[in-house]
Amino acid sequence: MELDAAVNPNPNPGAPPISAYYQTRAEHHAVVSSDWLAHAAAAAATTDGADAAAAAAAADPLPSPGSGGGGVIEEFNLWRRKPDAAEAVAAIMALAAVIRSSRATTMMELEIELKKASDKLKSWDATSISLSAACDLFMRFVTRTSHLEHEKFDAAKSRLIERGEKFGEISLKARKTIAMLSQDFISDGCTMLVHGYSRVVLEVLKLAASNHKLFRVLCTEGRPDRTGLRMSNELAALGIPVKVLIDSAVAYSMDEVDMVFVGADGVVESGGIINMMGTYQIALVAHSMNKPVYVAAESYKFARLYPLDQKDMTPAHRPIDFGVPVPSGVEVETSARDYTPPQYLTLLLTDLGVLTPSVVSDELIQLYL
Amino acid sequence: MDIRRAPPRSSSGGVEPRFRQVGFVTSAGELAAAPPANVAPAAAVSSSPTPSELSPGPLSPVMIPPPLVPDHLPVPDAAPGLLLPVHDSVTPSSPPPPSSSLPDAGSDLEDDVDVSWARPPPPALLEPIKRDHTEKNEDAPTSVPQKTKLSKAERRAIQEAQRAAKAAAKEAGLPGKSKATASGVSTTMSKQPKTAKTPPKKDVTTQDNPPEAPDKKTGQRHPDRDRKKDAPQPRMQFDDVHRMEKAKRRSVVKQSETEKRVELFRHLPQYTHGGSLLPDLESKSFLLGAIHPSVYKVGLQYLSGAISGGNARCIAMLLAFKDAISDYSTPAEKTLDRDLPAKISSYVSFLVECRPLSISMGNAIRFLKNRITKLSLTVSESEAKASLQSDIHRFINGKIITADKVIISHAITKIRDDDVLLTYGSPSVVEMIFNHAHELGKKFRVVVVDSRPNLEGQGLLRRLIAKGISCTYTHINAVSYIMHEVTRVFLGASSVLSNGTVYSRIGTASVAMVAHAFAIPVLVCCEAYKFHERVQLDSICFNELGDPDAISKVPGGETFNHLKNWMDIENLQVSNLKYDITPSDYVSMLITEYGMLPPTSVPVILREYRREHIWI
Repeated sequence: MELDAAVNPNPNPGAPPISAYYQTRAEHHAVVSSDWLAHAAAAAATTDGADAAAAAAAADPLPSPGSGGGGVIEEFNLWRRKPDAAEAVAAIMALAAVIRSSRATTMMELEIELKKASDKLKSWDATSISLSAACDLFMRFVTRTSHLEHEKFDAAKSRLIERGEKFGEISLKARKTIAMLSQDFISDGCTMLVHGYSRVVLEVLKLAASNHKLFRVLCTEGRPDRTGLRMSNELAALGIPVKVLIDSAVAYSMDEVDMVFVGADGVVESGGIINMMGTYQIALVAHSMNKPVYVAAESYKFARLYPLDQKDMTPAHRPIDFGVPVPSGVEVETSARDYTPPQYLTLLLTDLGVLTPSVVSDELIQLYL
Repeated sequence: MDIRRAPPRSSSGGVEPRFRQVGFVTSAGELAAAPPANVAPAAAVSSSPTPSELSPGPLSPVMIPPPLVPDHLPVPDAAPGLLLPVHDSVTPSSPPPPSSSLPDAGSDLEDDVDVSWARPPPPALLEPIKRDHTEKNEDAPTSVPQKTKLSKAERRAIQEAQRAAKAAAKEAGLPGKSKATASGVSTTMSKQPKTAKTPPKKDVTTQDNPPEAPDKKTGQRHPDRDRKKDAPQPRMQFDDVHRMEKAKRRSVVKQSETEKRVELFRHLPQYTHGGSLLPDLESKSFLLGAIHPSVYKVGLQYLSGAISGGNARCIAMLLAFKDAISDYSTPAEKTLDRDLPAKISSYVSFLVECRPLSISMGNAIRFLKNRITKLSLTVSESEAKASLQSDIHRFINGKIITADKVIISHAITKIRDDDVLLTYGSPSVVEMIFNHAHELGKKFRVVVVDSRPNLEGQGLLRRLIAKGISCTYTHINAVSYIMHEVTRVFLGASSVLSNGTVYSRIGTASVAMVAHAFAIPVLVCCEAYKFHERVQLDSICFNELGDPDAISKVPGGETFNHLKNWMDIENLQVSNLKYDITPSDYVSMLITEYGMLPPTSVPVILREYRREHIWI
């Protein structure tokens, strides 16, 4: 499961480690290339090993209160395997399962168990914002009732389970909720620009297509993992007219675009988003040409981060294959994501409703009250 | 809304003014508070405003409006009194500038009577009538009932008499009357009843309105011309003899009005400052039983500038109040929860005379008064006092000291190695941040930007260098020159307003603007107790003016003293503003003890966390 440790296709051995999050995305959604095949093979080898270890841990007969950790990763992987499941949702379901299967006898123990499980999940990939945000939010959401302390433990535990499952349910359905809310923004004859492969945006467009709306989509290629090609595949399969652009053609085509639709890897406290590399560029171009930028993001992606500039985030790198070997002495910018400040975003479409960027902080403050 | 205007006055022509409540107002609370407040407007420390104090989020205790009803005018009935506070809350615009000849032109802008609420009730009541008759000039008095006209004439006569007296006194070489203090004191006096409803912008503007309105209404251009030619007039807010006499009697600090006021800031108190008042005050310290010595000491420290900075002033004031409370004993036939707020208010009015309150101090006073009213009636006096003292202690520790620590821990995460950090003036929190970062071993250097007349940055510079932090020092005129080297800007704030605007030391806005132009993140560090519900759009409507001589006196000898005769130059006015506002667009992030927030989240913090202030 530690993909980043096992695989390092980067020609420069001293380069920073690869972000597992983006590896996963690349695996799931990118087109098959020889590179990818090599990675997959290596990954399969490590994952099997990790799985075996996890299974062994889980097979431990009587887990004492602190040992829920092994089980949680297994559960997590279970959920994660489903191609449509977001990692964050998998994490949430795994944590909910931790509560259910916990053998703690007091609130304190249970919370410690949860914390441990959450830390384990977060360390699985330190660069995934939605993962850590979802874990934090789950912890806050589930443990925030103060009168938990006064109740009997069983009652409290069942309440926690209830809340955990509710949170899981909300998260699972988040995409559908967002799709429903977004329908008003898509009108007949409109042209929209999408970037990379976002499952939420795909859901939105799927629903719109099934409602027989007439629209066309311009899809960027999304180098280096070319997830955009996969997106365009899926869109074409739905019968939506698609045009693929190379990343540099965004400004060129912005005239014919009515709106920009992107997903988000994480929504930060300032109201800005962290998303695949290239989003900031597109948002800037759209802003300068007065085109609205809509971000479709589930609410569990709200993170308590506040980047001041592009370099102010945990770095997340992914390998870039130029097709030709990179000459030595030449550095390559391998960052996988960028930060788009809130002033370039028009609206956030979330399962909490259609929000302006300044509401993110409002929601976070209320939750962390 | 109509309940507030008991006499419907439909003779106005049918169009009743539409009342729009701006800000956080409860409808029931203030109504109850208003009539008692108006009946006793001149009471220095009215105990009646307790209900209004309780209303959630009263708008600014800082700048206090004068009582709405001048003493010598009969208070017709409760209704006009009720009417006025509503008016206060409604009109957001400033009063027409003194130079405008048409007071109604300003009030014309809304249906509401912005000028009128500064006038005594009867004309105020008839404002709508007047307007409806489209009499937008000084003929207005003709439509005003006899009673008002007479009183205006009366007041005019009194005014003239006062002016003559003052001219005589000035020739006699007395220091200026405490008219300015009158305004300060009266504003404090009327603070309580009006606090609950009046936006502080209105608070300030009212001080201007009373003098202007009667002048304009009756005297056409005479008052202005007289004022300019005569001996320096006090702010003619209170041309009411009784009130001014009371204020004079009550005032401790004989602040003298500046001889030449800046016209743009007539709505703000402008004093001549300084050391000349200190000996006078010191000699009085034993005569004043009313003011507790700790409070007196703090007031003197404000006056001389020994204590400055929002946190320092607030802490000093609270500690003084703590002492005062421990020495307090409830007089016979009075209850602690009525009498102590009155006493606190008298202390506050003294402090205001020394130097206008900062917003942090205002919030702290509000907290304290709130705690007093929340005291259960059954506790004994000593228990009550002990509980109040522990409340003060908790406030200082929780909201200031611990909050600062949390702010530091957040801010540290935004400092990276090889950063060049710029700061302006001498904000206490930012200094702590730099010290802590240096202790943690981060490698950075600091640029300190400073400005006259206070040159606060020099103190910061010395302290940072003593800690071993490498610093650059420059004046604000070079800020755009040096900005390209800078990676982050850390600023302090006196307050952050509800729309995310930062109210801080003058010059901050310029620094933030230049940083924004260079796309450098601006981080404002401010404790949450300094947040305020009001909204301010410019630096003029609410500010503090310092001593103009500090500007005109340039160190460096005679060659630089071009301004030394500024008083004699007729067209020249010198203004020494102390604060300015930075729009929220220039602020990248606000660091508070609740975390790192965008400036748009200030109302959220106020909404979520202020409840504990009010309802604990």
